[in-house]
Amino acid sequence: MSETNSDCGCKKATLTKEVPAPSVSRRNLLLKIGAGLNAIAAVLVGVPLLGYALSAFTRTSKNSWISVGPLAKFPEGETRLATYRNPISKPWDGDTAEVPCWVRRIDSQSFQVFAINCTHLGCPVRWFQESRLFMCPCHGGAFYEDGSHASGPPPRGLFEYQHKVESGELKVLGGHLPTLAEPLKKDDM
Amino acid sequence: MLKSIALWLEDRLHIAKLFESTGGHKVPPSTNSWFYVFGSGTLLCFVLQILTGTLLAFVYQPSAGQAWSSLQYLNNEQFLGWFLRAVHNWGSIFMVGIMSAHLVQTFLFGAYKYPRELTWVSGCCLFLCTLGMAFTGQILRFDQDAYWGLGIGASIMGRVPFVGAQLVHLMLGGAMIAGETLSRFFSLHVFLVPGLIIALLSLHLRLVLTKGINEYPKPGRVVKKESYAVEYEEMIQKTGVPFVPNVIGKDLIFSACLIIAIVTCALVFGPQGPSGPPNPTLIHTAPAPDFYFLPIYAALALLPAYMETFLLLVLPVVLLAILILLPFYSGTGEKSHRRRPMAVVIVLLAFLTLGLLAYLGTYAPWSPHMEAWSSAATPAAQVQGRSPLELQGAILLQSKQCRNCHALGGEGGLRGPALDTVATRLTGDQLIRQVIQGSGNMPAYGKNLRPAEVTALVAFMETLRPSYQPAARDSSKH
Repeated sequence: MSETNSDCGCKKATLTKEVPAPSVSRRNLLLKIGAGLNAIAAVLVGVPLLGYALSAFTRTSKNSWISVGPLAKFPEGETRLATYRNPISKPWDGDTAEVPCWVRRIDSQSFQVFAINCTHLGCPVRWFQESRLFMCPCHGGAFYEDGSHASGPPPRGLFEYQHKVESGELKVLGGHLPTLAEPLKKDDM
Repeated sequence: MLKSIALWLEDRLHIAKLFESTGGHKVPPSTNSWFYVFGSGTLLCFVLQILTGTLLAFVYQPSAGQAWSSLQYLNNEQFLGWFLRAVHNWGSIFMVGIMSAHLVQTFLFGAYKYPRELTWVSGCCLFLCTLGMAFTGQILRFDQDAYWGLGIGASIMGRVPFVGAQLVHLMLGGAMIAGETLSRFFSLHVFLVPGLIIALLSLHLRLVLTKGINEYPKPGRVVKKESYAVEYEEMIQKTGVPFVPNVIGKDLIFSACLIIAIVTCALVFGPQGPSGPPNPTLIHTAPAPDFYFLPIYAALALLPAYMETFLLLVLPVVLLAILILLPFYSGTGEKSHRRRPMAVVIVLLAFLTLGLLAYLGTYAPWSPHMEAWSSAATPAAQVQGRSPLELQGAILLQSKQCRNCHALGGEGGLRGPALDTVATRLTGDQLIRQVIQGSGNMPAYGKNLRPAEVTALVAFMETLRPSYQPAARDSSKH
C-alpha cells in the first residue's frame, strides 16, 4: 500500500503497510469468538425462556375423581345442573374454578354426566325439561336428553364424563376443558 | 437566552437534520388529499390506546378472581374511570374502523405495488396485530362473554389435527379457563402485541420515508420496475413539497375530528360492560362477541357443518396469504382503481359479505330464544274460536318450548319457520310426521310427547292459516 493510496493520508504510511494483515485477521478472530459466545449465551437464555413460555404446550391434563354431590341431589328420571371445583385450581382462579355439568339420573343406579360445553364451539348448553333437549345459545345446536346430537352445527353429541358412585356421592373424572381434540373419555373421539 | 438553548439542543441533537429526513421529507403534492389521512388517524388511535390503556392498568387487576370487580370499581368509584374505559373501548372501535379504511384506500390506490411491497406486508401484519389487540382486550373485560369467548377460541384450537389438545393448553395456560388464562392474555394485550406493533410500526414508517408515499394514481400511468423509481425520484425533485407544513394540515384536521368523535361516543354511550361475572356456573347467558368479530360469529353458525373445520382452519390462512402476498403477484401495472374493476368488485364484495354477516350476528336468527316459551304470549287471534282440543294444543306448543325456535305473531325464535301459516304448507299427516320424527334442523319429539299430546298439538297447528288461504291437502287422496 503506497502513501498515495492511503485514504487517511497520514505520515505513518510505513506503519500501516505492516499492520493491516494481522489486525484484520485478529479482528475477525475476535468477531468470530464474540459471535460464537453470543450464540451460546442466546441458547442459554433462549432455551429456558421458550421452555417456560411453551411449557403449557407439553403439559398433559391430570384428571382426578371429584364429587358433584350426594346421590339424593339427583332425582330419578331428571337432569340437574351440578357443579364441582376444578381439582387443579389455584388461589387466584376466583369463580372460574367452579365447573358446571349436567347430571342425568336414568334410574337408581345409572347416570350420565355431560359437560356443559357444546361440542360445536364450547358455549354453555341449557337443559329444557319439557322438550327434553339441551339447547345452545350461541349457534343453535341442540342435543337429546341422552346427549346425542339433535340439530344444528355440533359435529357430535355432548361430551360425557366418566363417573362412579362412591359412598353415596356421584363422582366424575374431571380436570380439563373438553374439546374435540381432548374429550372427557379416552375412547370418546 | 431561548435562542442559545435552542442552538445548544440543535448542536447536541441535530434536530434540523432529523426534521429534514422525517417530518420535513418531500412528498408528491398529489398526496395532499383527504384520502391520505387514514394512516396518521390510525397512528393517533394507537397513541390514544397506549395512553388510556396505561392509565387503566393503574387500577385494573389482571387476576381471574378480581378482574371483574376491578372493572366495576373503575366504572363506579374511580374518578373518571368510566370515561377512560369508554375512551379505550371507542378508541379500539375507531382504530379498527380507520385502519380498515386505510387498508381499503391503499388497496384501491395500488399503493402496495413496486417498490412498496414491504410497506404493504408490514401494514397487513399491523392490521392482524390490531385485531389481536381487539380480541385480547375483549378477554381482559373479564366477564361472561370473555369467559365463553375463551371457550370458543379453545374449541377452535381443539379442531387442529394432531396438536389440538396441546394448542388448547398453550392458549389457556393449562387444561381449564382459569387464572393463568387471564394472566397470559394480559401479558399479550399489554406487553407482547403492543411491542410487536411498535416494532412493525417503526418498520412501516421507515419504509414510508425510504420508499416514499404513493402518489395519487392517475389512470393510464403504469408501474414498471425499470422506470418507476427514477420517475418517482424525478417527480419528488421537481415538484415535491415538504410533508410538514405543506401536507400535514388535512391530517391534523382529521385527527382532531377523530379525537372529538371518540370522546363524544365515550361520553354519550359510556363504557362497555362488564356483563355478568365470569362464573361458568351462571349458565343463563347468551355469549356474543364484540362487533369486530360478529361476521365470524355469524359464519360459524351458518357454515355447513361438514366443511366447517376446513373453513375455520384453512380458509383464513389462504385468504391472509392472498392478501399479504398481493404485491408479489400483482406488483406492477395500473394503480388507479378506475382501471382496476376487479379491485373495486373485491372491496364491494368484502364489505357486503362482512356487513351482511355482522348484521345477522346482531340478532342471531340461528339461536333459539331461550325464554320465548315462558315469556311470549299466544296471539289472541290464534286461540279465538278454537275447540278445547285445539286449545290444549296451543298450550302444549307453548309448554313444550316449541316457540324457542318457532315464532307466532312475530314473537319467538327464528331457528325454525314461523308457524302462523303452517297449515297452508303441511297437512295433518305431515305435521304428525314432522313432530314425531323431526327432520332437517328439527329434533324428533316422538319420545317426549304422548300420542294424545301429538294429536292436540297437530289439531292446533291445522288451524294456523289465514281464512283466505286454503289448507294444504294431500294430492294422493283426491
